[in-house]
Amino acid sequence: MHSDDVVWSMLGNRQFCSYKMTTKTQNFCRNEYNLTGLCNRSSCPLANSQYATVREEKGRCYLYMKTIERAAFPRRLWERVLLSKNYEKALEEIDENLIYWPRFIRHKCKQRFTKITQYLIRIRKLTLKRQRKLVPLRRKIERRENRREEKALIAAQLDNAIEKELLERLKQDTYGDIYNFPIHAFDKALQQQEAESESESDAEREEEDEDDEDVDKREFVEAEDSELSDFEDMDKLETSSEEEQEEEEEVEKKASHSKWKGKTPLKGPARRKRPYIEIEYEEETEPSTKTKTA
Amino acid sequence: SVHMGRHCWALIGPVPGDGAGPPAPERVLFPPTFSVSEIKNKQRRHFMFLRWKQQQRKEKLALKKKRRKEREALGDKAPPKAVPKTIENQRVYDETTVDPNDEEVAFDEATDEFAPYFNRQTVPKILITTSDRPRGRTVRFCEQLATVIPNSHVYYRRGLALKRIIPQCIARDFTDLIVINEDRKIPNGLVLSHLPDGPTAHFRMSSVRLRKEIKRKGKEPTEHVPEVILNNFTTRLGHSIGRMFAALFPHNPQFIGRQVATFHNQRDYIFFRFHRYIFKSEKKVGIQELGPRFTLKLRSLQKGTFDSKFGEYEWIHKRREMDRSRRKFHL
Repeated sequence: MHSDDVVWSMLGNRQFCSYKMTTKTQNFCRNEYNLTGLCNRSSCPLANSQYATVREEKGRCYLYMKTIERAAFPRRLWERVLLSKNYEKALEEIDENLIYWPRFIRHKCKQRFTKITQYLIRIRKLTLKRQRKLVPLRRKIERRENRREEKALIAAQLDNAIEKELLERLKQDTYGDIYNFPIHAFDKALQQQEAESESESDAEREEEDEDDEDVDKREFVEAEDSELSDFEDMDKLETSSEEEQEEEEEVEKKASHSKWKGKTPLKGPARRKRPYIEIEYEEETEPSTKTKTA
Repeated sequence: SVHMGRHCWALIGPVPGDGAGPPAPERVLFPPTFSVSEIKNKQRRHFMFLRWKQQQRKEKLALKKKRRKEREALGDKAPPKAVPKTIENQRVYDETTVDPNDEEVAFDEATDEFAPYFNRQTVPKILITTSDRPRGRTVRFCEQLATVIPNSHVYYRRGLALKRIIPQCIARDFTDLIVINEDRKIPNGLVLSHLPDGPTAHFRMSSVRLRKEIKRKGKEPTEHVPEVILNNFTTRLGHSIGRMFAALFPHNPQFIGRQVATFHNQRDYIFFRFHRYIFKSEKKVGIQELGPRFTLKLRSLQKGTFDSKFGEYEWIHKRREMDRSRRKFHL
């Protein structure tokens, strides 16, 4: 027994033990047979000739014991006992094997065995769950893909593409009657008017051939008619577009306020009514930063 | 020899550091084997190089002017302008490019998994979820994505296996499942799965910008159903991916909302943007970006629902084979 003290005073107490690891607050023992993992007089496997540990191999726990009778035979030094898989039974086996051993070693063995079973259970549970697979990134490839993405973004010219697509959809009339641009409607009206005037001019030529006396009168009548028709059409245009626009804008107002943000309104003709609505919207708009439009 | 050296110096002209010297002479005489890189002094060498550059630019400009004059002189007989080569021009022709009038493709599309959607039989209902334990950025991105896509719900994944989620989704009438994979607190992958045994596409996601990071953005997207724009999906594979994206949105866009979601494919990168547009006139439209933006790159397309081990893959991105040529694209 005094060799233990000698061993401890030589190795453990001082820095000569190769298994000893010192940190700021504590000393650890790296010996694989150590019971607690700390470097103490009572838990050093080199400085105690009667010692026991619990270790696990491939999921099974074993109790390792060392007695002073076998101190001269290093090969037979550690005796190994397989513990049962049942937790309580294993504890009883530990007690039974370490009967009459110091209390400290018995207690620590049981504690260690408990810890080991707990982490084995955890391992088994985790392997059943999905595990995250870590795939290493290849730096060169990442860099290449990022660079290509930047270049593709520049080549894409997204804003232009989107605008073009939207204008095409407008041309192909997918929006139906929502947007009624004056150029469109004006063109339609012109076409109508041309058709009318053509038919009228045909009729006029016939009449002229028949009666040359009433040329002036007829011309006068004609001019009046065309002007009137023009004006009427314009009015109709204005009112219809206005109505639709007002309705639409009211709906928009309800749906979301201040989308306009004081932008110039869409419709050309009948500007006299516009300022009224503009003012309303400007009152509603919140002071906000300029919005990106193109 | 030294004499020769002095001769050169005299001809070279004013050197920087002489203060305001006379302007550089137009025609400079150099000995025949002179090159700018031989001057040992860095300042002088730099000066000479700049002058040489200026000269080159002048010559280039003169050449351009001459060409333009010639072109104008010829008038109608001038040869057509040379079109510069771009990667899109030089793209290797893909044999699976879809011809708009192709009957076989039309027949396929009428009978594939998206047919019920395009026939207006089903209304899309989308489930958005993430990988385990999402961090703040991913969570916020999911929320924003849910505002962009109508009729979508965000559910947190609490360690559930995808294979168990999928039958439950099908039972609750979901049509699509989006899983956003996260790595180091940023979303980096997207799995899009069409549910009643539809195809599953796995994308690599990059450049994710949340709403607050977008400059000059508009207000929040409203509840209106947005329009969808799909650009540049030319091949068969591109077509099927395009249909997958289209199946996410309901078929009846509300034009009052003036919102548009764009999936633009360029060189195999799919850019997603969400805008609000306004027609200023017949020829002019203004767009304002709302909503998140991200880019996707297709990694694999699987025939059935998500099954990484036993699934039947229609297309996988094989780096060694497919990344050989810079002019070959697959979407």
